[in-house]
Amino acid sequence: MSLLKLAWKNIIASPLTLLLNIILFALGIGLINFLLLFNQQVKNKFENNLADIDMVIGAKGSPLQMILCNMYHVDNPTGNIKIEKAKPFLNPKHPLIKRAVPLSLGDNYRSYRIVGSTYDILDLYNGKIKEGKKWVRDQDVTIGSTVAKKTGLKLGDKFVSSHGFEEDEDLAHDHTAFTVVGILESNGTVLDQLILTNTASIWNVHSHVETDTVEDDHEGHDHGDHDDHDHGNHEGHNHDDHAGHDYGDHKGHDHDNHAGHDHDDHAEHDHKHDNSIADLLNHPEEEITAILIQFKSRTNFQALSMPRNINENTDLMAASPAYQINNLNANIGVGTAALRYLALLIAFISGLSIFISLFKSLKERKYELALMRVSGASAGQLFFLIIIEGLILGLVGFAIGIIVSHLASSVMASAMSDAYQYSFDSWKFGKNELYLLLLSLSIGFIASVLPAIKAFNTDINKTLNAK
Amino acid sequence: MYIMIKTSDLTYKYPQGPQFSFPDFTCDSGEKLLILGKSGIGKSTLLNLLGGLTKAKTGKIHIDNHEVSSFSISKLDAFRGANIGIIFQKNHFISSISVLENLMLTQKLAGVKIDRKRCDQLLEELGIGNKANSKVNNLSEGEKQRVSIARAVVTNPKLILADEPTSALDDDNCQKVIELMDNQAKKVGAALLIVTHDNRLKDIIDNQIILS
Repeated sequence: MSLLKLAWKNIIASPLTLLLNIILFALGIGLINFLLLFNQQVKNKFENNLADIDMVIGAKGSPLQMILCNMYHVDNPTGNIKIEKAKPFLNPKHPLIKRAVPLSLGDNYRSYRIVGSTYDILDLYNGKIKEGKKWVRDQDVTIGSTVAKKTGLKLGDKFVSSHGFEEDEDLAHDHTAFTVVGILESNGTVLDQLILTNTASIWNVHSHVETDTVEDDHEGHDHGDHDDHDHGNHEGHNHDDHAGHDYGDHKGHDHDNHAGHDHDDHAEHDHKHDNSIADLLNHPEEEITAILIQFKSRTNFQALSMPRNINENTDLMAASPAYQINNLNANIGVGTAALRYLALLIAFISGLSIFISLFKSLKERKYELALMRVSGASAGQLFFLIIIEGLILGLVGFAIGIIVSHLASSVMASAMSDAYQYSFDSWKFGKNELYLLLLSLSIGFIASVLPAIKAFNTDINKTLNAK
Repeated sequence: MYIMIKTSDLTYKYPQGPQFSFPDFTCDSGEKLLILGKSGIGKSTLLNLLGGLTKAKTGKIHIDNHEVSSFSISKLDAFRGANIGIIFQKNHFISSISVLENLMLTQKLAGVKIDRKRCDQLLEELGIGNKANSKVNNLSEGEKQRVSIARAVVTNPKLILADEPTSALDDDNCQKVIELMDNQAKKVGAALLIVTHDNRLKDIIDNQIILS
C-alpha cells in the first residue's frame, strides 16, 4: 500500500466528486488542445499551400475569396478573366515574373475540383508522379493522391465531370469524359485533392454546356476550323454533326501534329493544345479563372507595387496571398483567442474545483490523516499524499481531455473533408500536448498545495481528542 | 521480563487550562497496567504524553530504554510508528481502503516489513477474518474495535496504549476485549497500558494506579 495507491483509492472513494473534477478538467484542457490542434492544422494547410506564390490575379471581387478559391480551393471563383487581358502576365518574357501558372476552374468530379493548368502547377507545389504520367492530350487528367484514394479512380478510368463545385448528377457533362493518365504522390499540398488537366479541357467541357443552352453565342464561329482539334472539344458539337463540316482541308493530316499548321483565318491558333502558356495566348478570346504568380525577386519595388497597379489600372484584381492569409489568420485569431480565454477560465475553475474538493475531503479525513501520523507517517508524507491526489486528478483530466480533443478534432476533420475535400491528420500528437501536460500537472499541484500544507500541519493530539 | 516503560515527574500544562502532574510508574514487557481516574483528571492527556502525541512540560518517559521525551518530532513519529500501538476511544480508519489494507498501510507507515500473512492471521485470531476485504465503514462498532486492536498490534509494538476501550461495551464483551488485548500484547511481548474510568476493569487487572 504505497502513498500513490492510497492517493488513488482516496480519489476513487468519492466517485461523484471525481467525476465533476475530471469533467471540468478534461473540458478545459480538451478545449485548449482542440483549439491548438485546429489552429495548427489550418495554419499548416495554409502554409503548405502558400507554395511561394507572391500574387494571384483574377476577376474583380473579394481578394480573400480569390485566394481561398485559387490557392486553397475552398471557395468559389470571383469570376473568369479573358486571356486577352491576362496576356501581359502570362508572357514568359515578363521582366518581373519568374513563373505564371494559369488556372481554370469550374468543374468537379465527386466534389474534387478539376483544374486546368500548365505543368508549372506541379513545379509550384512540388508535385511528383506516382503512377502513369502527366496529362498530355485534352481530357487527360492527372489526379491527386486523395482523389485517387477517395474516389477509387485508377489509371485508364474514364469519368464525366459535373459543373460547379458541388457534386450534382444532373449537371454531369456527359459529352466529354476525362481519362485518368496519372496519379500524383501525396505531398500534403492542395494538389492531393485536385484533378489536373490542361486548360483547353475545361474550355471543351464548358463550351459544350454553354452551347447546349445558349446556342447563339457561337453562331459566328466557323466550326470547320476546329475539326482538327481533338474531337469533342468544341462549342457544343454533337459529334454526329461533324459529318457535315468541311474536312477537306485536313484530310490526311496527322491529327496529333497540327502544331505547325497554318489554318487560314485561325493562323494564330496552335491546334494541338500542348499545355503551354503559348497555347493559351493563342486563344485570347477564351477565359481562365486566375493566374498564380511568382516574382523573380520578392524585394523588387516594381514587383511589390504590381498588385496595386493591377487593381488600379486594369479590370483584373491582384492580391498577395501572404497578406490575405495573415489577415484571415488575424480574424480567425480573434475568435479562437476568445475561445482560448474561455478554455483557460474553465481550466482555472477546474483547478478551483479540485482545490475545493481536496479541502473538503481533508475536513472529512482529518482523523485519517492524524491516524496516519500516529502510525508513523511523517508530516511530509501527508503533504505528498495530498499533492499526489492533486497530480493524479490533473493527469487523469489531462489524459481524458487530450483524448476528447483528438476525437472532436477528428469529427471536425471529417466534416471539413466533406465540405472542402481537405484532409486533416487529427491523431498527430505534438509538443503542445507536452506543454498542456505540464499545465495540467501545475494546476493539480497548485490546487493541492494549500490542502497539502493543511495536512502537513495536522495536529494529531487536537484532532484525535476533539470530542 | 524487563521494564518496558518508565515515567518520572511528568507534568503537562494546557496553554490556557489546568496543569496536570502524574505519578511515576513503570510497566514490564508482557504486563498490563490499568490507569484509573474520573473524567477530566487528565487520563487522555497522559496517554497522549506516553504515545508521544504531545510533549510534556517536565519529566521523562523511557520506553524500551529510549528516552523518548527528548526525541525530536520526526524521530518521535518514527519511533511511535514502529514501537507503540494505540487503541483510541473512537475507532478511526482510512475509509477508502479495506480492513486488510488498513493493517498493511499501518505496517508500511511504521516502517516494518509488510506482512500480509500476519495481518490475515491477526484478523482470524480476532474473529473478523471474513471482514478482511470489507470497507471499515461497513463494519459494526464491535468489529471496528477488533480492527482497532489488530491495528495496534500488527507492527509488533513494545507498548500498547488503550484509551477507554471498554466503556461502550456490556460486561461480556468488556471481558472479551480485555482478553483479546491481553493475549495479543503477550504474544508480541508488549506492555499494555489501559486508561479508563471503567471500574469493572479493576477486578480484571490487578496492576493499577489511580489518578487524582
